[in-house]
Amino acid sequence: MAEGRVELSALVKRASELSPQVAGRGDDRMLPVTPPLRELFPDGGLRRGSTVAVMPGSSPGSTSLMLALLAAASQAGSWVAIAGVPDLGALAAHEMGIALDRMALIPRPGVSFDRVVATLLDGFDIVVAAPTGVVPAAGVRAQLASRARQHGSVLVPFGPLAWDGADITLRTEGSVWHGLGWGRGRLRTRELTVVARGKGAASRPRRATLWLPHAPDDLATAPARPKLSLVS
Amino acid sequence: MTDPWVWELAQVFYCGRVARVDRRTMVVWCPDWPIIAAALLDGLSMSDPIAVLHANRVVVCSAAARAEGVRRGLRKRDAQARCPELVVIGHDPARDARAFEPVVMAVEQLVAGVVVLRPGVCAFAARGPARFYGHEEAAAEHIVEQIAVECGVEAQIGIADGAFAALLAARAGKVVAPSGTAAFLDGLPVSTLDRPELTDLLWRLGIRTLGAYARLPRSEVMARFGLDAALAQRLAAGEDDRPLAVRRPPPDLEVEERFDEPIERVDVAAFAARALAERLHERLTGYGLACTRLAIVAVTADGQELYRVWRHDGVLTATAIADRTRWQLEGWLTNRRLASGIIALRLAPEGLLSQVGLQPGLWGEAGAQRERAHRALHRTQGILGPEGSLTAVLGGGRAHGPRATLVPWGDERVPNLPEGPWPGRMPPPSPARILPRESVSVSVVDDRGRPVGVDARLRLSGEPARVVLNDRSTLDVEGWAGPWPVEEHWWGERAARLVRLQTLLSDGRAMILALSEGEWAIDAEFD
Repeated sequence: MAEGRVELSALVKRASELSPQVAGRGDDRMLPVTPPLRELFPDGGLRRGSTVAVMPGSSPGSTSLMLALLAAASQAGSWVAIAGVPDLGALAAHEMGIALDRMALIPRPGVSFDRVVATLLDGFDIVVAAPTGVVPAAGVRAQLASRARQHGSVLVPFGPLAWDGADITLRTEGSVWHGLGWGRGRLRTRELTVVARGKGAASRPRRATLWLPHAPDDLATAPARPKLSLVS
Repeated sequence: MTDPWVWELAQVFYCGRVARVDRRTMVVWCPDWPIIAAALLDGLSMSDPIAVLHANRVVVCSAAARAEGVRRGLRKRDAQARCPELVVIGHDPARDARAFEPVVMAVEQLVAGVVVLRPGVCAFAARGPARFYGHEEAAAEHIVEQIAVECGVEAQIGIADGAFAALLAARAGKVVAPSGTAAFLDGLPVSTLDRPELTDLLWRLGIRTLGAYARLPRSEVMARFGLDAALAQRLAAGEDDRPLAVRRPPPDLEVEERFDEPIERVDVAAFAARALAERLHERLTGYGLACTRLAIVAVTADGQELYRVWRHDGVLTATAIADRTRWQLEGWLTNRRLASGIIALRLAPEGLLSQVGLQPGLWGEAGAQRERAHRALHRTQGILGPEGSLTAVLGGGRAHGPRATLVPWGDERVPNLPEGPWPGRMPPPSPARILPRESVSVSVVDDRGRPVGVDARLRLSGEPARVVLNDRSTLDVEGWAGPWPVEEHWWGERAARLVRLQTLLSDGRAMILALSEGEWAIDAEFD
């Protein structure tokens, strides 16, 4: 009897655990994200029309997190634009899985930041917007968010400046590199801990760990090289 | 367009039913064309001994080389042994074709429907020029003279029934009488068929001349040796029925606009550019073409001609053409401070390709998204200028930064450095932030506080233990790897001699430090 109850409890799931398809949400309203990041989102992916901020937290790694957030959608055919990140490494974006021919870079939007981001939201599925200097005023932020809702794109405010009003804010809380020794080895992969806080269904902080660029399946803890001894 | 193979099949099986066409053909033959082409384009002298080699064998040689004993098929070493001063050049069909184009154009001034059989040989129907100049010999004389005057090239003309016999007649410098083609071919060796395997076989069977081959029973040649041999037999019998595939002159795609009032204001220029762009686009789509490069030419009132080519990835809409023209005109009108206004504007498409590959997806999805993105970026470029929106292309290179080339959106996606083996390249993963050159300088010291440097062989002088950032804060090094030395372009202006280190600092940041000219700097950050 006790065993039966265990099995039954395994079958019962909370509504939030249901996949979007089962829950009856249109698949076309969601952009996919890479599996480890799925649990950070109440819908299991990037909901079109939402605003998802990426900020550096207590550890570095926010740029990589931003690229990882775009990768799955880009691979599925979405167009992405990144505005205001002049020093972005495009090669890293490619290694992360972003299709470069569907990625536009607007390195220095400058004073036209609001107009440029609004224009990009008309045409791109995901728009990363990194304000330089000051965050746009609350009115402009609301306008951009409503523009994203209207066109079904995802606005991703990015950078150290806090963007109030985002549906979800992702922060990096821990970053551990593997593979690098003292004068030997090389940086191979990183364990990045991400915390998501948001409003509404996402108000409970969620935590996820992802490996970038990939899980350490091939990461053998590098065997210490046998010491060379003098042969006489 | 009928497939020539199908046509030939029809010729072999149903020749009785195909309407007899006038087969009189004139062939212009320029002897030793590869030599002449090399002489014309590379500036060699025709009187020198020259040989064109392909796969280490002589393909063609000049008269001077022949006099020294150089022959077709000789190996390079043997040819040079016979004639030590031999000038050897590589076989380049593209060069031959390029040099032949003026000859074809000279012939086209006199006759219509010229077919290039191969570089150095072109053919056309004899009937037209023969009637125009009175008779065939007069036409031939006129054409030879025209080629000599226009291009300074010696040519020979042959006239016979069918292109095959006419080419042989041109080599012999003969005009074969209208019904005498079979007799002309009769005594020629089978090797003139230019089918080495078949020739070899026929030779071993004791068939030495075209006439002997032509007299074999037709159906048995077909059954025994196959279709190609049957076709060759028809050629040998002087029954070359293949119609000439006439060269169609390339369509004129340039558009030009002349202005009565010289243009000096940007807004007027933009208006003119738009109208012209629409005309060009219409003309291109009419031919189902797209262009990858757009040449913009403006002529000013005092006769100055300005020229600039814009590259593009192939989706040139009318708006895109208009924008590029407008940007260019704006640039010319505002920066160059022209002495006078623009009186003529010309747009010439270059790098044409057929538009088939650029059409939107079948269900419109991919195409529609692409359209939307392009429109948005177009407007962004309107706000920030063409260099404001970029896209990345992967190429070669050693550091992470140069491996991705940023090109303005809409331009042709060509990387700066080609892909290829780049020994000494930094391993993946790549840093997410590439800091600009002359960026953040730091100092790197070992555990005794001495600065870390490199020796002449780019080896580190000590182990990096601490990094002093430019805000005077000191961070311990928790791990490092390297150095990755680079010594590039030491012969030129872009000379670079530096070492790179992967470093993990105590605040959790991983970065690439580069030492160049005694200065450490943060090259890139793995943010």
